[in-house]
Amino acid sequence: MSDPATVSALQSAAPAAGAPLLDIAGLTVLLEVHGENRAVLRDVSLTVRPGEAVGLVGESGSGKSMTARAIDRLLPRGAEVHGSIRFGGSDVNRLAGADLRRYRNQVAMIFQDPRAHTNPVRRIGDFMTEALQANLAVSAAEARRRAIDMLTQVGIDDGARRLRQYPHQMSGGMLQRVMIAAALLTKPRLLLADEPTTALDVTTQAEVMAILDGLRREFGLAMLFITHDLDLAAAICDRTAVMYAGQIVEIRASALLHDDPLHPYTAALAAARPDIAQTAPRLRAIPGRPLSAFEAPPQECAFAQRCPYATDACRADVPGLAELDGGLSRCVRAHELRGRLGGAPDE
Amino acid sequence: MSTGVPAAAIDAPRFRALTSVRATGAAGVVSAIVVVAATFVAVFGPLLAPYDPELPNLDLAWIGPTGGHLLGFDVQGRDVLSRLLVGAQTSMLGPLVVVIISMITGVLLAIVAAWRRGAADAVISSGLDILFAFPGILLAVLATAVFGAGLPAAAIALSLAYMPYVARVLRGAAFRERSQPYVAALEVQGASATSICLRHLIPNTLPLIVAQATILFGYAMIDLAAISFLGLGVQPPRPDWGVMISENQTGIVQGYPLPALAPGLCIVAVVVAVNVLGERLFEQAQTARG
Amino acid sequence: MLLVSLLVASFLIFAAMYLAPGNPVAALSGGRSLPPSSLRVLEQRYHLNAPFFAQYWYWLDNVLHGNLGISITLRENVSTLIASRIWTTAGLVLYSSVLILVFGIGMGLVAGLRPGMLDTSTVIITAISAAIPAFVAAIVLILLFAVKLGWFPAIGNGTGLVDNIRHLTLPALALAVSSLAIVARVTRASVREEGEREHVQTAVSRGIPARQLIRRHVLRNAAIPITTIAGITIASLIAVAAVVETAFSLNGLGAYLVQAAQSKDLAVVQGISLLLVTAFVVVNLLVDMLYAWLDPRVSLGSRAT
Repeated sequence: MSDPATVSALQSAAPAAGAPLLDIAGLTVLLEVHGENRAVLRDVSLTVRPGEAVGLVGESGSGKSMTARAIDRLLPRGAEVHGSIRFGGSDVNRLAGADLRRYRNQVAMIFQDPRAHTNPVRRIGDFMTEALQANLAVSAAEARRRAIDMLTQVGIDDGARRLRQYPHQMSGGMLQRVMIAAALLTKPRLLLADEPTTALDVTTQAEVMAILDGLRREFGLAMLFITHDLDLAAAICDRTAVMYAGQIVEIRASALLHDDPLHPYTAALAAARPDIAQTAPRLRAIPGRPLSAFEAPPQECAFAQRCPYATDACRADVPGLAELDGGLSRCVRAHELRGRLGGAPDE
Repeated sequence: MSTGVPAAAIDAPRFRALTSVRATGAAGVVSAIVVVAATFVAVFGPLLAPYDPELPNLDLAWIGPTGGHLLGFDVQGRDVLSRLLVGAQTSMLGPLVVVIISMITGVLLAIVAAWRRGAADAVISSGLDILFAFPGILLAVLATAVFGAGLPAAAIALSLAYMPYVARVLRGAAFRERSQPYVAALEVQGASATSICLRHLIPNTLPLIVAQATILFGYAMIDLAAISFLGLGVQPPRPDWGVMISENQTGIVQGYPLPALAPGLCIVAVVVAVNVLGERLFEQAQTARG
Repeated sequence: MLLVSLLVASFLIFAAMYLAPGNPVAALSGGRSLPPSSLRVLEQRYHLNAPFFAQYWYWLDNVLHGNLGISITLRENVSTLIASRIWTTAGLVLYSSVLILVFGIGMGLVAGLRPGMLDTSTVIITAISAAIPAFVAAIVLILLFAVKLGWFPAIGNGTGLVDNIRHLTLPALALAVSSLAIVARVTRASVREEGEREHVQTAVSRGIPARQLIRRHVLRNAAIPITTIAGITIASLIAVAAVVETAFSLNGLGAYLVQAAQSKDLAVVQGISLLLVTAFVVVNLLVDMLYAWLDPRVSLGSRAT
């Protein structure tokens, strides 16, 4: 197990250092499923600095969404949380009442399916101004004005008319833009984007991504961008973290991720995505299926069963996160595999 | 539930709400036992009855439980227990007939509407919409006024009243099933409409059909007993739980509640058991659909 | 659409005359033998010599003008006979509806919003109550509250408003029992379901305070299925009232309908049936309108499947 303090120190000791805005250390979360406690997150450590965009990439069951929910305190009832999540220095899990509400206004979450996440019987205007009126004591008229203004910023022009509409009168893409606008209204410092474009069709995805990225930079917001798409994360985030089976397995500067990954899983993910510029005789899939945290064997590297580079050392114990070339990797063989991971893995 | 309109509980989304209750498995087991016992009595009642259920003897009227008469005597001096046992026949058989008729017609209409879609669906749906205007009991009363009091008229009227509800729920399920890819595959292979419906559509909606039928049985039982209570269904002196309650109602104010309460208790017990089973079956049908 | 239903229903009720074994005259007279003068009156009033649809037209025309025919047994206008009894039934249904709404929704809300002992006991009680038919409830209530406790009268209508209400209490309760249980269950389940929805999570993530959350996001949304079930069960009261009126010897339309059916007084049966079906259809229409108002996704005229 790696020492969470070391991890955070390592992450902070990078160029453009500053006190981290979000500091997750040793986060382990267990959920009660069918009577038994199952781990969904194991020893997750991650930091996000002010204004920085960090990508969180993984397949289903990797725990990426769960991490976001843990940060926003949206875990289901009965969840057991170990480790710490600190935001601006305060322990998130100890917040209550007014402090908790204030925190929620500083961290804004954008969800995957905008239609499921908006109340179908309330107007868009109510949806957008709720938080402002409830928590920030903004008058109704002023809140509407700000909402219309923000709608223009996300590319929706006839804001006044839109505010009176209901969610079912809007397309998915437009609704997601509304969701982004609503999230930004409370002037948050951190955005948690949970696969914001997955539920949209491809052309809309690009538009929404552009808006999200643009506004984020304009307002100087930090962002944790969750996705299953490695390339997408690398495109708009400064650093990318890769998750597997409830653990972080690699954190790397996005620019280096594709060509010089530090973990076989990352390399496999990158290789599995068909490259439109090349033709290949076969699609490269990773054999087996992704494990959830509770399925991972307790005393070995979770990826060992599917890893083409696995050795006995990998099965001896759960590897810790170690520093390598400015990034972090959970592979015990990361050093020796440097250089061999980028590009096609050995069969 | 004494209502001629089972729409709420049968309508799929509403009923799903009802089944999100987490009852223990014990309830299911007890319910199954009750239903089996009731069926047994319904079939073998006349053989089990210790005394003649229809022979009146006014000297014995209202006498409480004594000797071999576990539940005492009713308003006309007949053995209550025997009447209960024999009455189970009409009380359970009538609803069974109603369920069979309404389920068969309802399922047929639903399948035809889902299969042919378009105009046929529109016509059937409109027809069903019209039938919705009649609550079951009302239709039964109307039928008995026209055709004379008695179980057959009431049973058929109830079947007609229930059919649109069955058809509506099954139509939704049939549509969903119909649009599954395997159906198109079978059609392309040249399978006939009838064979697809019989061999695939119906078996795949069977869990829902069974659940529906079970719940419907409960309603039918209550409505038919109500109609008999009103004197328009099973006619005295034949024993029937609904009739028994009506006959012995005077006993309540006179201080002899048992002959009226006993059949009431039987009705409630069986209906509760049937409802619990129906909910379970419905839950399973939902999860089977995934 | 419902108006068409009404029209067709009226046609069916009219056609009942012809469905009966024998000729329409026999049906109208309920099998009694009538003097030739009376027969001629019947023929005239119902235009029995005219073609079938013309007869329907005349009948419908009469109905719309308030002329529902004459009772063969009491020799009075059906309309008059109905008018004298309608308030009993209306009062009963209204009283029952209030009980269902207040206690049914109330219990459901309490059980849905507070998990625990209260919730479990509500579930069990409602499961059993939902299976208690109105006439069984009637005799139990009579036994408990009229005979043993003497709080309420067992039969009859009473005189004067307050006494009427007293007399209607047990019948209203008997009528309400099973519907109340169903409304409570659906309310509870709907509140639970809405509480788990994703849009509630969104509101939580924005820090909306709990009270507002429940009011605007859970209850407001749950109101839709709750209104639907409440409306449906209340509509059904119209028919089941007959059973309760008979059990309590109330002088209402339902009881009268049953008596007329037994004595084969077809004109009365037709008249009351028509009235009850109309009431039923109107209530359903109101429920549809309410549903459309509550749920902006639904436009009037489309029935949620």
